[in-house]
Amino acid sequence: MTIELVKPGLLTMLQDAGRAGFAHLGIGRSGAFDGPALRIANALCGNPRDTCALEITLLGPTLRFHGDAWMAITGAPIPLRIDGADHPMWAPVFVAAGATVELGTMRSGCRTCLAVRGGFDVTPVLGSRSTDVNAQLGPLGGRPLRAGDVLQMRPVAKAAAKPGNWRLDPRPWFPEESPATLRLLPGSHFDKLKETSRKLLFSEAFMVQADSNRVGLRLSGPPLEFRAPVEMVSEGCVPGILQLPPSGQPIAFGPECPVSGGYPRIGQVAAVDIPRLAQRRPGDALRFTPCTFDDALRALRERERALARLETGIAARLTA
Amino acid sequence: MADFRVEPLAEDALLLRFGDGIDVATNARVHEAASALRDAGLPGITDVAPAYATLLLRFDPSKWDKGALLETVAKTLDPGLRRDDEPKNAVALPETARVVEIPVCYGGDCGPDIDAVAEHAGLSRDEVITRHAAAEYTVAMLGFAPGFPYLLGLDASLHVPRRANPRTRVAAGSVAIGGAQTGIYPRELPGGWHLIGRTPRVLFDPAREPPCLLAPGDRVRFRAIAADKFAQLAERDA
Repeated sequence: MTIELVKPGLLTMLQDAGRAGFAHLGIGRSGAFDGPALRIANALCGNPRDTCALEITLLGPTLRFHGDAWMAITGAPIPLRIDGADHPMWAPVFVAAGATVELGTMRSGCRTCLAVRGGFDVTPVLGSRSTDVNAQLGPLGGRPLRAGDVLQMRPVAKAAAKPGNWRLDPRPWFPEESPATLRLLPGSHFDKLKETSRKLLFSEAFMVQADSNRVGLRLSGPPLEFRAPVEMVSEGCVPGILQLPPSGQPIAFGPECPVSGGYPRIGQVAAVDIPRLAQRRPGDALRFTPCTFDDALRALRERERALARLETGIAARLTA
Repeated sequence: MADFRVEPLAEDALLLRFGDGIDVATNARVHEAASALRDAGLPGITDVAPAYATLLLRFDPSKWDKGALLETVAKTLDPGLRRDDEPKNAVALPETARVVEIPVCYGGDCGPDIDAVAEHAGLSRDEVITRHAAAEYTVAMLGFAPGFPYLLGLDASLHVPRRANPRTRVAAGSVAIGGAQTGIYPRELPGGWHLIGRTPRVLFDPAREPPCLLAPGDRVRFRAIAADKFAQLAERDA
């Protein structure tokens, strides 16, 4: 049972939950940028939550299924056609052998997740099937998918379920919002900003630049300045860091960010809001609102509970 | 009293800060702390990653709240448990620190910038090689790309500011000098450091266990080899 990439789309990659535990070797985690989208797509396919899926960017791929399959797509809204017929997102969808699955252009947002029942049978690299394009690490040598690629699917027991006529409400997991307001924790060097810059960071909108990618979203807005130059040596970095290079234009780090860096950190996007960061496309505006670590952690735990409830609910529906 | 400050980075990450600059004693303390935390085998700690003066900890926030984590970390790293006779700025290297020898073909096509380094240092090409190969280095940290080692211990006469025009392609295995540091490019990458030689050793191979030739805290020595030896060893590794 294989899936053939007829057209790759703009940037389509294999992603799972990422490879933790290698930061000391200069190796980042990578993994799906919109984590809940991956988990929900997997839940809709009856897969373990971290199963490898496709992360699709802005313009979707065209796939030919060589074998019966069951798939689900979540994340940014994108038209889904199977042999020309429209099908819903946020629902399990049956695909018959020989069918052509076309994903169109995202109406909003930036990243869609496509999971198949069983997942893709690619060899893990350092314990993960995620692609790190920047580090050239992962299945397929860390490259995005291209036309002609044939992906093997892992065999699974015959699905008892009949993808029914139900779909999830996407709103909690993909809020349509413009501009998005992201919760920002104070960064180590926030206090070193000029007072005017500290105010501008929370009062002004920032625009996502065209050269943004999974390493980081480059933002443009009012120039932000430190009271005095911040001298620092290379220190650990994690996704979500809002870094301020000398240009005065911040960069919000994504899942392929370097594991260390030498620019000051003015903030940290709350983990609970990283999926919303993932969904900002070039040209989108975003805003920041201050948040404490305690509030961010509370919001994260609340979301984890909601996700776990949703996964349980989906599992019950699939076996009903 | 702890000899570090804690800076929260994210809900699942914090930095332990032992200093602010690049110096051997601070970096040695970072590695010592990293080993202590790794040896403690604390469940739910996913990454222990040293940098020059800081140690990055990533943890599972569903298993740790920050208070409990900090208490456990402080206990594990309590300097009161270290020997008092240890001079404060001694290079406290764990006895297990490995010494890895790296063969390098200096100059020529392997090290196109060696003459620029020699000129800047006011030394002959041979003297640059002698001094670079004479020192024992410490892997301060890995970063920039998987397996890229930042090495401390470069002879002060060989400190050279980075190139004004970074190269878009630096060959895998290139041994280079950037400011006060020397390093080795694990694969073809863009880079602004001065290239003085090349090693046939493979620094990073995800299919290998461990994937990286060097780990933080390792000691490194370079050994000069001739161009034909480089070609021979490179074939063997290919």
